[in-house]
Amino acid sequence: MTAGTEGKRTPLYDVHCQLGARMIQFGGWEMPVSYTGIIEEHQRVRTHAGLFDVSHMGEIEITGPGAEAAVQYLTLNDVHALHVYQLQYSALCNAAGGLLDDLTVCRLAPERFLLIVNAANIDKDFDWITQHLGPGARAENLSDTKALLALQGPDAEAILQRFCPVPLGALLYYHALVTRLDGHEALVSRTGYTGEDGFEVLLDAAHAVALWQAIMAAGQAYGLLPVGLGARDTLRLEARYLLYGQDMDETTNPFEVGLGWITKLDKGEFIGRDALTRLKAAGVPRRMVGFIMQERGIPRAHYQVIQDGQIIGEVTSGTMSPTLNQAIGTSLVRSASVKNGSIIAIDIRHKAVPAQVVPSPFVPRRVKR
Amino acid sequence: MEFPVNLRYTKEHEWARQEGNRVVVGITDYAQKELGDVVFVELPDLGTTIEAMGTFGVVESVKAVSDLYAPVSGTIVEANTILEDQPELVNASPYGQGWMVVIEAANPEEFQQLLTAAEYQAYVVQEKSSR
Repeated sequence: MTAGTEGKRTPLYDVHCQLGARMIQFGGWEMPVSYTGIIEEHQRVRTHAGLFDVSHMGEIEITGPGAEAAVQYLTLNDVHALHVYQLQYSALCNAAGGLLDDLTVCRLAPERFLLIVNAANIDKDFDWITQHLGPGARAENLSDTKALLALQGPDAEAILQRFCPVPLGALLYYHALVTRLDGHEALVSRTGYTGEDGFEVLLDAAHAVALWQAIMAAGQAYGLLPVGLGARDTLRLEARYLLYGQDMDETTNPFEVGLGWITKLDKGEFIGRDALTRLKAAGVPRRMVGFIMQERGIPRAHYQVIQDGQIIGEVTSGTMSPTLNQAIGTSLVRSASVKNGSIIAIDIRHKAVPAQVVPSPFVPRRVKR
Repeated sequence: MEFPVNLRYTKEHEWARQEGNRVVVGITDYAQKELGDVVFVELPDLGTTIEAMGTFGVVESVKAVSDLYAPVSGTIVEANTILEDQPELVNASPYGQGWMVVIEAANPEEFQQLLTAAEYQAYVVQEKSSR
């Protein structure tokens, strides 16, 4: 909250202010951090449902006969077998194998792809993509004309079904459909960043306020609450989803942060492939681990991680888990001997506080498979 | 937002209440609202000596870590250890059950230099409007 700085605003800015949200700067945007309280909002998503404005996220469309080849060349994952209206988690790397961004790819048509990217990286990604597009492909930055809402939680399907004309029960995880919601065309995908079942709805910015109000009205009987970025962060950390700029950046490669599963080295040529092939063969010295604090203290980003008196890394994300009521965190550690069950220590204000390494995620994901 | 007139205040958003030579300290209603859900409080050991406006502990919300500043110099003679298990009392009752420490004041005149309720309220209004 720096005095005098104003960020970009989503189409829902006035709605957030009317709801009494606490606003913060995030990735160059003025976003709601919470409305009624982070813990209440977090628990509501786990037990019922929450509605998030994530319109700060970017949308870049790649079209043309060379679109598939362009996306194959730009991203780590393999889009060749991706069906129309199927989505895929992926990432952009530079030639050295450093992560430029993580993103979601949706094939909208055989020769049309939508990339959903992080808010702080929109301009960087769009520049990178336009510089590396091959022949027959065109990229367009739709970020300013689109709004994105996320409806998450066990009651999300029931709420959205109240005014969605097509049955949502058949929509599979990481699949999408186009329908009319509240009279306007929307792309509805079964995706999210909370570890719960739920949907993300992409629509024209002009209709965002009306759809937000319609979802809130439909959700009233289910206890639906608006949820800010504060709970979005605690929810994603409990579910062990990575946050770009915090858990990874251009100095980290996909293997060390656990993204080897999206890195398809055998799919053909793509940016970073040679470097990543070498890194994989050499073996990466760092590894992302999750841990639960064993004594009082909350790990925070950049706190040092200690094993046998040696600094083995830094905390990348940490918080008090509202679901577990225990302090949790993740760290990129340089140590081969850190395994599930290992005891490490976090330097919290010059005190080594013990923590135990645990398998991920902290709270089981309940997405619809 | 409450600004009890029987208390004195710091610009770091602590309140102080004089009881003879002792000063009870906590964080203000404004501070707890700004922090949001308090999830962790770290308080000093009894007998710790502190300087006025030196840090004596830490309060953490879900998102942020904030230092606690001593309104007056002296020695910590009580700490509200209930907050270790129930940090949410800081939100529910910032001027009551959410109190943090009692300081045996070394220089009682320091208390008189703290902000009055009216001065603190004006300071908060200014701080809010300047961001």
